[in-house]
Amino acid sequence: MENKTCFHCGDNCGNHVISFQEKSFCCNGCKTVFEIFNENDLTCYYDLQNSPGAIPKEIDGKYDFLSQENIIDKLTEFRSDHVEIATLYIPHIHCSSCIWILENLHKLNPNISGSQVNFGKKTVRITYNSEETDLKSVVVLLSSIGYEPYISLDDFKSGKKHINRTLIYKLGVAGFAFGNIMFLSFPEYFEVNEYWLEQYKPLFRWLMFALSVPVVFYSAQDYFISAFKGLKAKLLNIDVPIALGVSVLFIRSTIEIMLDLGSGFFDSLAGLVFFLLVGKFFQQKTYDFLSFERDYKSYFPIAITKIERDGSENSIQVYDIEKGDRLLIRNEELIPVDGILINGKAKIDYSFVTGESQTVSKQSGDKLFAGGKQTAGVIELEALKSVEQSYLTQLWSNDVFNKNKEEGFTNITNNISKHFTIAILTIAFIATTFWLFTDASKAMSVFTAVLIIACPCAIALSAPFTFGNLLRIFGKLKFYIKNASVIEQLAQINTVIFDKTGTITSNKTSNVVYEGESLSDFENLVLKNSLRGSNHPLSRSLYNLLDEHNIITLDTFEEHIGKGIEAQHNDINLKIGSANFVGNPQNTAVLNTTVHISSNNEYKGKYTFYNSYRKGVSKLFNQLKKHFDLVILSGDNEGERENLKKLLPAKTKLIFNQKPEDKLEFIKYHQSEGAKVLMVGDGLNDAGALAQSNVGIAVSEDVNVFSPACDAILDVSKFRQLYSYIMASKSAIKIIKWSFLLSFFYNIIGLYFAVTGQLAPVIAAILMPLSSISIVVFTTICTNLLGRRLK
Amino acid sequence: MSVIYILLTISVIVGVVFFFIFIAAVKSGQYDDSYTPSVRMLFEDELVKSKTEKPINTKTD
Repeated sequence: MENKTCFHCGDNCGNHVISFQEKSFCCNGCKTVFEIFNENDLTCYYDLQNSPGAIPKEIDGKYDFLSQENIIDKLTEFRSDHVEIATLYIPHIHCSSCIWILENLHKLNPNISGSQVNFGKKTVRITYNSEETDLKSVVVLLSSIGYEPYISLDDFKSGKKHINRTLIYKLGVAGFAFGNIMFLSFPEYFEVNEYWLEQYKPLFRWLMFALSVPVVFYSAQDYFISAFKGLKAKLLNIDVPIALGVSVLFIRSTIEIMLDLGSGFFDSLAGLVFFLLVGKFFQQKTYDFLSFERDYKSYFPIAITKIERDGSENSIQVYDIEKGDRLLIRNEELIPVDGILINGKAKIDYSFVTGESQTVSKQSGDKLFAGGKQTAGVIELEALKSVEQSYLTQLWSNDVFNKNKEEGFTNITNNISKHFTIAILTIAFIATTFWLFTDASKAMSVFTAVLIIACPCAIALSAPFTFGNLLRIFGKLKFYIKNASVIEQLAQINTVIFDKTGTITSNKTSNVVYEGESLSDFENLVLKNSLRGSNHPLSRSLYNLLDEHNIITLDTFEEHIGKGIEAQHNDINLKIGSANFVGNPQNTAVLNTTVHISSNNEYKGKYTFYNSYRKGVSKLFNQLKKHFDLVILSGDNEGERENLKKLLPAKTKLIFNQKPEDKLEFIKYHQSEGAKVLMVGDGLNDAGALAQSNVGIAVSEDVNVFSPACDAILDVSKFRQLYSYIMASKSAIKIIKWSFLLSFFYNIIGLYFAVTGQLAPVIAAILMPLSSISIVVFTTICTNLLGRRLK
Repeated sequence: MSVIYILLTISVIVGVVFFFIFIAAVKSGQYDDSYTPSVRMLFEDELVKSKTEKPINTKTD
């Protein structure tokens, strides 16, 4: 059969193609979206990009909570009697068609007066008439066209996120002053001795002074604050010599123009601050669409359906859940609190919490933990605790989550600045003493000249530009790092700890091995066809893994829930399911998931599911073993131990049955023994370990949606590159050390002029930008070469 | 010779005006999203186009 792809979402249509207007669709959902667009003259959606859509999900009743006043209050950024404005996060935004359709929402609902997409952040800001429509219908409309917004407990925070733009303002002020001061100092550079220039010299100089005041007191204030804090903590950080240089530059220049001694160094001053701020700005690479600070709140729903005593259903806020409340959990919904199952068939996916990949079946009366996702139908449960007191959420009360990893970490620049500052001060004092005895009138000017020329602009720029550029290179290679300090810490790692499920194994595919008597061709045919009829997750994955067969009609087909399938075709009667169901005589306790098969009541054998490891795991571990200690820290049972032993180098430690807190403690213990730990994990169950480790990397299949709080996010497709990424960080440190050498070279030239008392403003004005620019060029070229090797 | 005062005043005023325009632009959030506007400006008359396309569509149906 020719495989057609869906006109709307681009998925394979499979066996059931739905045709409409000569276009093929994979499901009714996609067709409905097309119909909506077609009726409203919005089919241009499909012209901008091929198959841009997503299958709309079942949302019946899911957004009832959006009609509650207090929830609307929190989610909207503006509310009046007539107009409401809400910003919604929509993970599906990915192409120009998305922007176009979302900005034409008013064609679908005339009460929406405007909508504006922020592509980077994947948000849409919708303005609508609140008298005619409401937030709920807007969200339902979005969901019905395949753009379901992601609303989590995180959105419930009071107060809007404040965007900090001070650095841009500071940069603007410094740049403005730098440019204008340069213009004003031009005549002085060339010493044009014209009469009228002489006459206006004081005016020019005082103008420069006026321009440099905001540079020193506004743009450079962070350096003073940081230097002051450093001194208070008895640390000579890089900001100490910078603050010293800036203040000496400003004071000496002011005195010079007051006493008419010279033109001062205002140009160098403004240039210095400008370049430093450019470095700071460059180092700040942010990924709008990623968040490194997620906790359970980003995963939890904002509201849940409560069943009142009289049987009526009401949606209430998750924070308002009290002990004893009866809650209704729909399919695919997350359980927000610990509770007892009252009604319904629970199949809970705890992969969020434990990393365990298989769903767990629960009977009524069983305890359910918060963080599990219901995967089969509707259940009712009674809350045992409130949200904050639940098992999963308590993990976040651990101190680790309030600790700032950057504290207590001396970065490479501050390390060198300690020696640098002491050396410069020594040189300054020796030179001054020398001049005091030779020509006392020059002593003061030599002292200040040394401090001015030694101002470590080039040193301070090395690290920001190297790391900033590497952050961008890594970002292009789908390795998203929170900030520059993470690269430095990554370069110092000596232990690498991996989580198993979801990190080194893939969530989507599993391997299956058949043991036992081989099945006849005809039995295989019946097997495949009986699996086709079943919706059980194991049947679905086994069906996809088996070879293709013809489709036949079964004589009888019966699914015994919780046990297995029974199917009859001609003279073959197959039973597929649990060991007891098929009548397996030797019922051994196996840790792996198995599906047993019997034909005509004769036991045939079983399919065992094994985790499928990501491609290149073995190679990656072999690369890593030369330099690092390796550990696998899994929340899963020991079923995979033998497989892992075969796959991984012998020295890898394998530790199983680890609860989230155990993982955290394990890392803490190793750190106390001097290990610098890199934790690679994926789920919420690793959140504590990721926070405790020196560097926590979250591996993610979809970087837009799910990743716990961490220092870096790695796209799974690049998982096997991890080794080269760590090595690249180490090379970055080398690049910085080389550029330190380069800037020392400039400093020595500058110091020669300063010590001999020949530092003219024009030399400072040339030397300082020259050293800064050559450092920027050097580090950029080096990191780009490094990046080229990574690809 | 005092024309230099006028020239200086003008140059400083022009500089300051541009500086304040820059600050105002940053404040308005103009630089927060540097990608979407580049796509948005290419959307122009898609709606008109789809209307002229519609009769063709119905013909083939």
